[in-house]
Amino acid sequence: MFDTFVVPDLLPAAPELFLAFMALVILLVDLGVKDSRRTLTFVATVLTLVACALIQYRTMDGQVVYTFSNMFVDDLMADLLKLILYMTVIVVLFYSRGYVMDRSAMNKGEYYVLTLFATLGMMVMISANHFVTIYLGLELLSLSLYAMVAMNRDSIASSEAAMKYFVLGALASGLLLYGMSMIYGATGTLEITGIAQRLMSGGANKTVLTFGLVFLVSGLAFKLGVVPFHMWIPDVYHGAPTSVTLFIGSAPKLAAFAIVMRLLVNGLITLAQDWQAMLMILAVLSMAIGNLAAIAQTNLKRMLAYSAISHMGFMLLGIISGLFAGGDVGDALNAYSSAMFYVIAYVMMTSGAFGMILLMARAGFEADQLDDFKGLNRRNPWFAGIMLMVMFSMAGIPFFIGFFAKFSVLQAVVAAGYMWLAIVAVLFSLIGAFYYLRVVKLMYFDPPADPAPLSAALDSRILISANGLAIAIFGIFPQPIMDVCAIAMMGSL
Amino acid sequence: MSTYPLLSLAIWIPILAGAVVLATGGDRNAPLARILALFGAIAGFLVTIPLWTGFDVTNGGMQFVELKGWIIRYNVNYHLGVDGISMLFVVLNAFITIIVVAAGWEVIREKVAQYNAAFLIMSGLMNGIFTSLDGVLFYVFFEASLIPLYLIIGVWGGPNRVYAAFKFFLYTLFGSLLFLLALIYLFVQSGYSFSILDWHKMPIPLGPQIWLFLAFLVAFAVKVPMWPVHTWLPDAHVEAPTGGSIVLAAIALKLGAYGFLRFSLPIAPDASHELSSLVIALSLVAVVYIGFVALVQEDMKKLVAYSSIAHMGFVTLGFFMFSAMGIEGALVQMISHGFVSGAMFFCIGVMYDRVHSRQIADYGGVVNTMPKFAALFMLFSMANAGLPATSGFVGEFMIILGAVKFNFWVAFAAASSMIIGAAYTLWMYKRVIFGDVANHHVAELTDINMREFAILGVLAFCTLWMGLYPQPFTEVMHASVNDLLRHVAISKIQ
Repeated sequence: MFDTFVVPDLLPAAPELFLAFMALVILLVDLGVKDSRRTLTFVATVLTLVACALIQYRTMDGQVVYTFSNMFVDDLMADLLKLILYMTVIVVLFYSRGYVMDRSAMNKGEYYVLTLFATLGMMVMISANHFVTIYLGLELLSLSLYAMVAMNRDSIASSEAAMKYFVLGALASGLLLYGMSMIYGATGTLEITGIAQRLMSGGANKTVLTFGLVFLVSGLAFKLGVVPFHMWIPDVYHGAPTSVTLFIGSAPKLAAFAIVMRLLVNGLITLAQDWQAMLMILAVLSMAIGNLAAIAQTNLKRMLAYSAISHMGFMLLGIISGLFAGGDVGDALNAYSSAMFYVIAYVMMTSGAFGMILLMARAGFEADQLDDFKGLNRRNPWFAGIMLMVMFSMAGIPFFIGFFAKFSVLQAVVAAGYMWLAIVAVLFSLIGAFYYLRVVKLMYFDPPADPAPLSAALDSRILISANGLAIAIFGIFPQPIMDVCAIAMMGSL
Repeated sequence: MSTYPLLSLAIWIPILAGAVVLATGGDRNAPLARILALFGAIAGFLVTIPLWTGFDVTNGGMQFVELKGWIIRYNVNYHLGVDGISMLFVVLNAFITIIVVAAGWEVIREKVAQYNAAFLIMSGLMNGIFTSLDGVLFYVFFEASLIPLYLIIGVWGGPNRVYAAFKFFLYTLFGSLLFLLALIYLFVQSGYSFSILDWHKMPIPLGPQIWLFLAFLVAFAVKVPMWPVHTWLPDAHVEAPTGGSIVLAAIALKLGAYGFLRFSLPIAPDASHELSSLVIALSLVAVVYIGFVALVQEDMKKLVAYSSIAHMGFVTLGFFMFSAMGIEGALVQMISHGFVSGAMFFCIGVMYDRVHSRQIADYGGVVNTMPKFAALFMLFSMANAGLPATSGFVGEFMIILGAVKFNFWVAFAAASSMIIGAAYTLWMYKRVIFGDVANHHVAELTDINMREFAILGVLAFCTLWMGLYPQPFTEVMHASVNDLLRHVAISKIQ
C-alpha cells in the first residue's frame, strides 16, 4: 500500500509546518524557564511569528496551489490574510505583555503556546479547501481559546465565560458539522472546489442542500458572532482576561471572514440567492441588536462586544452584495474586497480599543469600566487623543479608516441595488455613534475620578501610538489596503 | 492667476497650525499656544486674500482649480476649486478664525492649546467644504468638521453642554448619513464618477431627482438649520463658549445653505422646481414664526440663535425663487450674517465674561458703565434688525425685491419679518443697555479693553463697508449665479 503514498507538496504549507514545530519547541523549552524569566518565551513566540511572516512573504507567488490532496489551498487571499494575521497576533502579544506579566496565573508558558496553536488553527482555516480542514482549523482555534479564557482560573467570571464559550462553541461546531454532512450527502464530496463543480453541473438535491446550508450558515454565524447566534460574545468578551478578549476580538475575525469566503463564495456560490437572503436577516438583526444593546452597557469590554456584533453585521452587507441581477465579476470583486477591507479596518480599531484598556490596567485593576476613562484627557491627552480616534473611527466618522470601511461596503450595497438596506445600515450606525460619542464625552468632558497620571511600558506606548496613527493615516490614504483586498479577492475568485 | 496651490494652503495651513498649537502641550505654555494660534490664523487669512484680489469676475466657472488622484479605486479625486458662490466664504471663514482666536485670548484659561487647535483645525476643514469639487472629499470635510465643534461645545461649554454637544452631533450626523447615500447613488448612476461637476451635467429622471433632493434637503436643512429641524441650534449656541457660537453662526450655518447651491439646485433642478414651494413654506415659517419665538426669549444667546434661524430662513427663501436677485441677495445675507451674528455673539460674550449671566433680566443700564461697548452693540443690533446702511439691510432688501416679483404674499410675509426682527433685537437692546443700573453686577462693569474694541471695531467696519458699498462682494457673484440659474432652468429629465 505504500506504493500509492505520495509525499504531498509541503512548500505551500511551510509557514504552518514551521509554526507547529516551533510551538512544540517553545512548549518544551519553556519547561526550563522560571516565571520571572517569561520574557524569553514571549520573545521566542514573537520571533516565531516574524519568521512565519518572512516565510509567507518569500513563498508568495500569486499562484493558486492545492496540496494535501486538494485539502489545502495556497492562494493570494490566504497569503495576504495570513500576513495580516501574523501582524495582528504580534500586536496582540505586545499589548498583552504587561497585563499578563502582572497576573501570575496567566504568566505561564502555556499562554504563549496556546496563542501559537490558535494562530495555527486560524492559518489552517484561512487555507482550507476541504470541510475537514475547515473543521480541523476551527477546533484547533476554538479549543486553544477555551483554555485561554479559563487561564485566569481564580476568577469566577473567567471560568463562567470559558464554560459558556465551550458549551455554545461545541454546539456551533455541531451545527457546522451537521450542515457539512448534509452538503456532502447532496454532492458526494467534501472538497470545496469539488462541491462548486458538482453544483454547477446540477443534479444535486436542492432540499438537502438548502437544509445543509441553513446549518452551515448558523455555524458560521456563531463563529462570526452575529445575531441570533451572538449570546456568547458579551459574556466571553466581558469575562475573559482583557488580553484574551483582545485576541478573541481581533485575529479570529480574519479567519472567520476567510471561511465564509471559502464556504459560501468559493463553494456554494450557486446557492447565493439562498445564503444572501439568510445573511441579510442576520446582518440587519446584528446591526439592530448590537447597536441598541451597546447603549445600555456600563462596562467597556461589554460595550465593545456589542459593537463587535454590529460591526460583523455591517461586514456581512459586503458579502451579501457580491452577486446580484445585472452584476458582473467586477462587482463581486468589489463587494467581497469591501467586506475584507471592513474586517481589516475593524481589526485595527478593535486592537486599538482593547489595547487602550490593557494599557490602563494595572495589577489588580482592570480599567474595563466606562467610568475608568473619565477625564482621561486631563490625565494623559495623548492617550485620550488616540482613544478619540479609535472611537470616531468605529463610529465611521472621517478622516479615520472606519469611515472608508463603511463607505466601501455601502458603495457595494448601493451598487447591488439594496438601497433600503443601505438606509437601515446608516440609521443603525447613527444609533451606534451615540455610545462611541459617550466614551469621548467621558474622556473629554468629565473630570477624572482618579487623577493619578498614567504610566505604561514604553513598548505599549509606542504600539498604541502607531495603532492610532495607522487608523488616521489609512483613513486619509486608504488606497494601499483597498488594493491589497482587491488583489486578494482577484486571486481567489 | 497664481501658481501656488492657494486653496490647499487655505485648508492645510490652519490644520497644520492647529497640530503645532496642540504640540505646545499643557497650560504652562498657554501664552505660546495663543501666539502660535494667532499666527496660524493670520497666515491662513493671508493666503485667502489673493483668492479675492486675483478672482476673475467675468468667469462663472471654477477657478484656482487643483486636481489630483486620491483614491483611484473609487475614482475619488482631490479636486478643489472656487467660483463666485464659494470664494467669499473661504475668505470670510479665514477672517472669522482670527476673530475667534482673539475672542478667546484672555477668556479661555483651561486647555488653551486644545481650544485654539480645535478652532484652527475646524477652520481648515470648513475651507475644505467650501472648495471641494469631489463628492467624497466634500463629505469627508463636512463630517470631520463635526468633531472639533463637538469637543468645543462639550469641553468649554456651559452647564448643559453635554446634552447640547450630543444633540448637535447626532442631529447633523443623521442628515449627513443620508447625504452620503445620495452621493454613493450618484456615483453608481453616473458611471463611477464622484466629480460634482459631472453630476451637474448628468441627466436624472424625476423620481430619483426627488429622492436625491429630499436626501440633500435633510442634510442641509439640519445644518442651516431650517424649521422644524432647528432645535439643536439654540441649545448648541447657548452652551457653546463665545468662540464656538461665533463659528457656529458665522460659518457652520452657511455650510448647509452653500450645499443647496452646490448640490440641490444644480444636481436636481427639476425636483428643486417641483419642491420649491415646500422649501419656501419652511423658510417663511422660519422667518415669521421663529421671529416671534425670538421675541419671547429670556436668554440673550438664545435670542440671537433664534434670530439666526430667521435670517437663514431668508437665505433659503432667496435660493428657491430662482432669480438672480434672490440668490445674490441670499449670498450677501449669508456673508453679512457672518459679520453681524459673529459680532452679536461676541458682544454677549463680553458681557458674560464680566457678569457670568446671559439672562436679559440680569442686566439693565449697561450704557452707564460701558458707553463704548453700548455704542458698538447698538450698531450691530441695528444691523441685525436690517437697518439701511448696514450690511443686514442689503441682503434682506434684495431678497424682498426678488420676492415681490415672485409672489406678493411671499414678499409680504418676508417683509413683515423686518418688523419682527427690529422688535426682538431692539427690545433686547433696550432692556439690557438702557434704563437705570439694575444691580451691583452692572454697576461694577468695566468698559471694553483694547482687544475687545479692536475685534468689534473690525467687525463694525466690515458691517458698514458691506452696507454702504456692497459692490466688491456682489460683483464676484454675478457670473457664477447667472451660470447657475441658466443651468437650473434646463430640465435634466430625458
